[in-house]
Amino acid sequence: MTESLHIKDTRLEQRAFAARAIVIFFVSLTLVLALLARLVQLQVVEHDSYATRAEENRTQTQLVAPDRGLIYDRNGVLLADNLPVRSLAVVVELVPDLDALIATLRERVDITEADMAQFQRRVRRRRPHEPVALKLNLTQAEIARVRVDGHRWPAVRIADENLRHYPFAALTAHALGSVRRVTAEDAERLDAERYRGVKFVGRLGVEKFYEDVLHGQVGWQRVEVDARGRVRRVVDATPPVAGQNLTLHLDVALQTAAAEALEGRRGAVVALDVRSGGVLALVSNPGYDPNLFVVGVDPAHYRALVDSRDTPLFNRATRGRYAPGSTFKPIVGLAGLSVGATDWERVLNDRGEFRLPGRARAYRDWSWQRGNAGGQGIVNLRKAIYRSSNVYFYDLATRMDVDVLSDFAGQLGFGRVTAIDIADADPGLLPSRIWKQGAKGEPWYAGDSVNLGIGQGNLLATPLQLATVAMVIANRGSWIRPRMLLSSDGAVPGFPTATPTRVTAPGAEHWERMVDAMEEVVHRGNQGFRENGTAWFHIGRDIGYRMAGKSGTAQVVGIAQGEEYDEEELDEYQRKHAWFIAFAPADDPAIAVSALVENGGGGSSVAAPVAKAVIDAWLLPRLAKRARGEAPALAIAQTPTVRAAGPGLAPAPGA
Amino acid sequence: MLDNRFTRHMPWQPVTAAARAYPQRLDLPLLLFLLAIITFGLIIPSHAQDAFVGQVLRMGVALGFMVAMAHVHPRWYLRAAPFIYLGCLALLIAVPFFGIVVNGSRRWLELPGGIRFQPSELMKVAMPLAVGWYLNTRRLPPRLTHVVGCLAIVAVPALLIAQQPDLGTTALLSAAGLFLIVLSGVRWRWIFAAGAVAAAAAPALWMVMREYQRERVRTLFDPERDPTGAGWNIIQSTTAIGSGGVFGKGLDQGTQSRLDFLPEANTDFVIAVIGEELGLIGVTSLLLVYVAALARGLYIATTASDTFGRLVASGVTLTFFLYVFVNIAMVCGLLPVVGAPLPLVSYGGTSAISILAGFGIVMSIQTHRNW
Repeated sequence: MTESLHIKDTRLEQRAFAARAIVIFFVSLTLVLALLARLVQLQVVEHDSYATRAEENRTQTQLVAPDRGLIYDRNGVLLADNLPVRSLAVVVELVPDLDALIATLRERVDITEADMAQFQRRVRRRRPHEPVALKLNLTQAEIARVRVDGHRWPAVRIADENLRHYPFAALTAHALGSVRRVTAEDAERLDAERYRGVKFVGRLGVEKFYEDVLHGQVGWQRVEVDARGRVRRVVDATPPVAGQNLTLHLDVALQTAAAEALEGRRGAVVALDVRSGGVLALVSNPGYDPNLFVVGVDPAHYRALVDSRDTPLFNRATRGRYAPGSTFKPIVGLAGLSVGATDWERVLNDRGEFRLPGRARAYRDWSWQRGNAGGQGIVNLRKAIYRSSNVYFYDLATRMDVDVLSDFAGQLGFGRVTAIDIADADPGLLPSRIWKQGAKGEPWYAGDSVNLGIGQGNLLATPLQLATVAMVIANRGSWIRPRMLLSSDGAVPGFPTATPTRVTAPGAEHWERMVDAMEEVVHRGNQGFRENGTAWFHIGRDIGYRMAGKSGTAQVVGIAQGEEYDEEELDEYQRKHAWFIAFAPADDPAIAVSALVENGGGGSSVAAPVAKAVIDAWLLPRLAKRARGEAPALAIAQTPTVRAAGPGLAPAPGA
Repeated sequence: MLDNRFTRHMPWQPVTAAARAYPQRLDLPLLLFLLAIITFGLIIPSHAQDAFVGQVLRMGVALGFMVAMAHVHPRWYLRAAPFIYLGCLALLIAVPFFGIVVNGSRRWLELPGGIRFQPSELMKVAMPLAVGWYLNTRRLPPRLTHVVGCLAIVAVPALLIAQQPDLGTTALLSAAGLFLIVLSGVRWRWIFAAGAVAAAAAPALWMVMREYQRERVRTLFDPERDPTGAGWNIIQSTTAIGSGGVFGKGLDQGTQSRLDFLPEANTDFVIAVIGEELGLIGVTSLLLVYVAALARGLYIATTASDTFGRLVASGVTLTFFLYVFVNIAMVCGLLPVVGAPLPLVSYGGTSAISILAGFGIVMSIQTHRNW
C-alpha cells in the first residue's frame, strides 16, 4: 500500500503503523484467549482431578500400630507388657550402599556384631519397604547423634515401637507363648489390611491363640507433608484401637511353686481349677526367655537352645507325648465297670506276673525284681488302684474289647484336644483297632490290650491331657474343657459357653468309689507290707487335706521282659518318666494336677511330691482362710466373664 | 481520547512546578495498570517477610527508574540509542569472560559492591531503541537491505544470549525484534514467506538444540515420563493451577505452593500460585490488566509522532507482553519450560528495572509528543 512512496510521508507511515499495531494487538488477544482456554481447561474442566492430585500431594496416610492387649494372671499380675523403645531402623530399599551407611551409623551408634547378625536376619525376612530395625533401645545420646545428620539419610528412621515384654521370662514362657517380628512369610499369611504397620504377631501359646483379640485395630492418621516429606500437621486421624487385655486363670504364685517343685528337673506340671477348667499353672521345664525372641534371638544362642538335649523350646506340658503308665489304671477300671467287665468285689491273685491264656509270655509287675517275684497278693479293684497292681489291669484290659476301653478313654480326653484355647496342643495317641490297622497294618492283638491296661504300649498323652483326666475324675465324670482365659475386657468371638457335659458311664457310685480308691493311694498308710497306698510313704504321712491321686511310671525304652531294669546303668535320658495325677480336696475338689518328671524314676516317689507341693501351694492358704471363716469356697467359683460370640473355637468335647 | 490532568498543559507556577513536574511526564493509565500488576506481585508470593521487603524495595527502585526515564526527552533517547545498544552489546560480550555462573548458565555480571544484573535484560530495552533509531530516518516500509539491517540488530544480541545459554530470552528477544519489523510495514508476503521458511527449519532447530533443551520439549508433551525429575515442575504447576478451580483456595491457602511442592513459587512459577490461591478469576483479572497495559502501550505507539517513538513504544510493550504470554503458557504446560519471569510479578530486580525503565521511555514518548 505504500510501495510507491519515495519521500517520507509521516502521516501515511503513522496510519500504516496503526494498521499493523491493530493486527499485532489482535494476534496478542488470540494468544491471551489461548491462555484463557488452557486455564479454563485446567481450572474448570479438569479441576477435580487436579484437586485430588493436590490433596494426595499434601497428605500422607500414616499407620499407627495398636497397643497389643496386655495379659494378666488371675490376680492382676502383669504377665505380658508393652515396653516403648526407640529403635534405629533402615528402609533397605532406599539405600544404594548399605555397608557404607552402616559404617557411618556405627560412628554414632554402638552397633554390635550381634545387632548386625540380627539385622541381617531381619533384612532377609522383612516385608518390602518396611523399616528394618538395626539397633533397638537407642539411648538419648544416640538418638541425638543420629538426628543431627538425619536429613542426609532419608532411609534411616528412628522408630517408636512397643516391644512385648514378659516380666516373668522363662517362668511363663510355655504358658503364654510369645510374639515374634512379622516376617515376609507371616505377611503372606496375615490379613495385609489388619497388619499394616504392625511389627509383631503372636507366635506361640496364648499370644498365638488370642492373636485376633490381642492385636487390636490399626489406626491411621492423615498428615500434611511438604515436598520433602516432612510432617507439617495432622489433618485427621483414626486412633488405633488397642487389643483386648486378657486375664488368664493362671496364678503366677502357683506357677512359681510348680516350677520350684520341679527343682530344675525336666518335666511338666499342669494345674486346673476343677470348677471352671481354668489352667492355674502350666509349667514346662526347662523354659526359655521369650523376651529374646521378641527382639530376635542371636543365632548362636538360638542354636544352643535348639540343640540342647533338654529341649527348652519344647512345650512338654501341651505337646509332650508320654505313655501315661499307671495313671491310666483308673480309666481302665472305670471302663471295666461301665461294661460290667469287673466290679468292686471281684478279686484276683496277683503273683507279679500275668500270662494270656495259652501263652508262655509273662507280663510282669512293676515291683518285679530278679529273685523277688513280687505281686500284690489278693487284689480287688480298689486295692489294684492303691497298690497299682499291674496284673489286675493286665487281666481287666483283656476282659473287654479294646474299642470299649478306647472309646471310654476318648471320653476322658485321650487322643484329642479338649482344651479350648491352647494353641498347638497335642492330641496324644489313643490306640484302637482301627488305629492299629491303619498305622501298623496289623490287627489288634490281646497282648496290645495287656499293655494298654497299664497305660503303656502305644498310648501317649500330654501332661495337659492327664490333668484334664484328673479334673474329670474329680468332677465325678462331669466335663469342663480346660481353658486359659478367665476374662477379657471385650468380646472374644467364638469362645464356647457350653455347659458341662457328663461322661456317659459308669454310674455316680462308681466314680465315688474310684475317687475313694485314689484317696487310698495317698492316705492309706501304716497298714503293713503290700497294704499301703503307693504314694503314702512319699506324700501321705504329712498332709493336711484329703487328696486323691494316682502315680504312674512310664517306660521310655523297651526293657525286654525278664531283663533287669537297673536304674544306675541306664543313661539318664532312658530312665522311666515319673507321673502323678491328683486332685484335692477329694470330697470337694478345687484343684486337679498332673506332674511329670522326665526320666525321674518312680511316680510315687518323684512326681507325687511335685504334685503335692503344687496342691499345697494352692490349697493350704485357702484352707487356712476357710478355717478363719473368711472365704467359704475353696474353688474359684468365679463365673468366667468371657463374652462369647459365634461358634466354638475348638472341637467340642464328646459326651 | 484518553486525557488526564497530568498531561494537560498547566500554567507556569514556580511554587507548584517542582511538585507537579514529576507526574507531568507520567502516563496515568499506564501507571495505574503497572501498579495494579505490581500489587499482584506483592500480595501473592508472601513466603518470607524479608523476601517481601526486598520485592518492595526493588519495585521502588524500578519505579524510580521509570519516573526518571519518563522525564528524559525522547530526542535524547534517539541520540543515545546506538550508544546504549553498543554498550549493552559490549556487556553481553563481556558475559562469557567476566560473568558469573548461576544455575549452570553464565548470564550475570557482577558490579563492584555485589550488584548483579543480566545484560540480556537491558537488551530488551536497548534493542527496540536501536531498531527505532535505525529506521527512524529511513523510508517506510523498509527496503530489503534495511530489513536485513534490522535483523542484524536483533540477531547479534540474540546469538550472544543464546550462547550463555538462555534460549528463552533469545527467543523472546528475537520475537520482539520480528514484531518490530512487522510493525515497520514489511510486506505481508515477505512475512509469510519468512514464516514458512522458519517452519521448514524447525527440525533443523531440533538438531542444534542441546539435550537438556530437547528434554524440556519432550517433557512438555509428556510430563509423566519423569514425574519426579524433568516433569516435576510442570506437573506441580498444572496441579496447583488446576486445583485452584474457579475461585481459588484463598490467599495463603495454596497447599501446592505453601508446602513447597511448587518450585520457583516466587519467581518463574508465580502465576501458579495466583492460579491456586485466587483461581480462574484471579488469573483472568491479572491477564486483563496485562492486556490493558498492552493496549495502552500500543496506543501510545500509534499516536507517537515519529517512527522512533512508534517502534520504541511498541517494542517495549510487545517484549513485555511476550514475556507474559510465554511465562503463563510455560507454567500452564503449553510451552517448554524456559527461564522467563512473569513481568512485574515474579521476584527479581533486573527484569523489573528494565521493564519499568522501558515503560519510562514509553511514557516519555507519550508525554513529549509535541516536540
